[in-house]
Amino acid sequence: MDIHEYQAKEILRENGIPVPPGEIAKNSDQAVSIAKNYEFTVVVKAQVHSGGRGKAGGVKLAKTQDDVRKAADDILGMSISGHKVNEVLVTPAEDIDTEAYLGILIDRETQSPVIVVCAEGGIDIEEVAVNNPNSIHKLSIDPRYGLFRHQAYGLARILYQEKDLVKQAVSIIEQLYQAFISSGASMVEINPLISTPTGDVKAIDAKMSIDDSELFKHPKLQSYRDVQAEPWAETMAREAGLSYVKLDGNVGCCVNGAGLAMATMDLVKYYGGDPANFLDIGGSSNPQKVVAALKIITSDPNVEVILFNIFGGITRCDDVAKGIVDALKEIEIKSPIIIRLTGTNEAEGLEILSSAGLSAFTSMDDVVEQAVSETTK
Amino acid sequence: MAILVNTETRLLVQGITGRDGSFHTKEMIQYGTNVVGGVTPGKGGLFLEGHDGQQIPIFDTMEEAVRETAANSTVVYVPPAFAAGAMEEAIDSGVDLVVAITEGVPVLEMSRIHAFAKDRGVRILGPNCPGVISPGKAKVGIIPDQIVVPGPVGVISRSGTLTYEAVINLTRAGLGQTSCVGIGGDPLIGTSFIDCLELFKSDHETQVIVMIGEIGGTDEQEAAKWISQHLRIPVVGFIAGQTAPPGRQMGHAGAIISGSSGTADEKTKCFEENGIRVAARPIDIVRLVKESLDR
Repeated sequence: MDIHEYQAKEILRENGIPVPPGEIAKNSDQAVSIAKNYEFTVVVKAQVHSGGRGKAGGVKLAKTQDDVRKAADDILGMSISGHKVNEVLVTPAEDIDTEAYLGILIDRETQSPVIVVCAEGGIDIEEVAVNNPNSIHKLSIDPRYGLFRHQAYGLARILYQEKDLVKQAVSIIEQLYQAFISSGASMVEINPLISTPTGDVKAIDAKMSIDDSELFKHPKLQSYRDVQAEPWAETMAREAGLSYVKLDGNVGCCVNGAGLAMATMDLVKYYGGDPANFLDIGGSSNPQKVVAALKIITSDPNVEVILFNIFGGITRCDDVAKGIVDALKEIEIKSPIIIRLTGTNEAEGLEILSSAGLSAFTSMDDVVEQAVSETTK
Repeated sequence: MAILVNTETRLLVQGITGRDGSFHTKEMIQYGTNVVGGVTPGKGGLFLEGHDGQQIPIFDTMEEAVRETAANSTVVYVPPAFAAGAMEEAIDSGVDLVVAITEGVPVLEMSRIHAFAKDRGVRILGPNCPGVISPGKAKVGIIPDQIVVPGPVGVISRSGTLTYEAVINLTRAGLGQTSCVGIGGDPLIGTSFIDCLELFKSDHETQVIVMIGEIGGTDEQEAAKWISQHLRIPVVGFIAGQTAPPGRQMGHAGAIISGSSGTADEKTKCFEENGIRVAARPIDIVRLVKESLDR
């Protein structure tokens, strides 16, 4: 789960990392009244789950109250890579001497947290990784022992020469590791970590993702989920225990298992169609889940045909069939439903379908080809 | 022969009294797996009854279960909040293989557990995997056994149902399997493609290997390079997620394209550069396997 900059900063603050003050505004009046608490210049920053906010015009400096109002009006409601801006962070602008990068993520290769530092910050770290890979330093941490002081010191010395800055950076690196572990994060990033002309090291931007599997331990972090920022269908899918990603095509897909769901989308493409979504109904087979899946798929106006590809293992074919029949009673579905049902309790499932006037294919290729042929293009 | 599990497997089931645990224990026994006991804290002294009336003893701890049954393997059906603890206990108990079916184990906990398992020389398969089946010998996990038959094909995959799709096509075409292994869809897994390839390499009955990958990470690419350097057995590949958009997690926690790396195109290209023939559709795996066997 991605969280917003202001939420990530709250976590950093709680762990003792110096972060400039700031508050959230939902309209320009609020933005102006927040700005009055600070010395000008202030920064008005879009809060969206997307990079490239600056380039998209979602971050603006404001020297007067009028500037703040105008900036908030401009930014609120704008769309940044498909994400609508509902909130802005108003925060005092900082004088910057140097900009650095500090991040922690889970590295698949070493199977451990890795701390990444780079003395060139404030820019896209992936660009730096391509253009100047030697400037990026990585240190993998044994999660059983945690971060040692000498490791933090070694990293801090990559960022700064001056003794006092190094000392501050050591604390910040240790505090960031603490924040990462205690919030069950999968990624945290301070970019840029600045030093000021007066010799202070501060985090002026922050990004963080929480491991979804950790959320049950952290009720406070659960409340950080921005339901407004995600499409209705994704909220509904999550609440029903499904995993759903909307795409641009017209073949609605409902599959059990993530790998098979991806392979089904690929096969739709292979036969000249275009998948409308990724949807995995998961391993357990509750008919209600299938009903929810159909509500989600039919809420997408682009969908012209609904394709079921079910290979029963833990999932039972009769449960899926029952879900389809129940859904047809509950909601009006205009698009044709093309079904493939095989595996556990296949015969029972087919019987439920046929008593409702539906039929099913047994092969994945047949069902996908049929579904694609039902679309207009 | 077979890899990971066979007739020598002496299996414990952690979470044996749960809904999934008890159901799949009975399935595994019926397939012929030697299930020697189960563990559920607080349920020690009870028994689980198999289809044919076998009484499977239940223990409170792994230590006790291993001592009493001389088990060498365990399978974990424990819910996510307790799965990490169950795996730690398993690693400490003296078994050689821990198969973790549970989905949703926190990644940071898995990071510690993988380090612990490596120190102790214990193999973890998974988590978030369907397990492993060696047709005619043993099944550990949840792979439906009616879709497999013994034969010369080794199957390794990151996913569950997509593996079933590939395996049933092979079985229908008369191409049986030595072992089918699901390594799991999480970002941090205990047994990699390369680990399985190494095992298949020393399994004299495996004449061709099917490797089913997906978007995210670089495991497939590393496996492809390893194959070109170390393996003479032909390998047929498949990569799911051609149509997946970047930056979005596709169900599996590990299935996410970050930046330009981990795409299906990159993986397919890497397979082909290293002499692995890649099937365009799951059904095409059958033809490529046949051609590999005929050569």
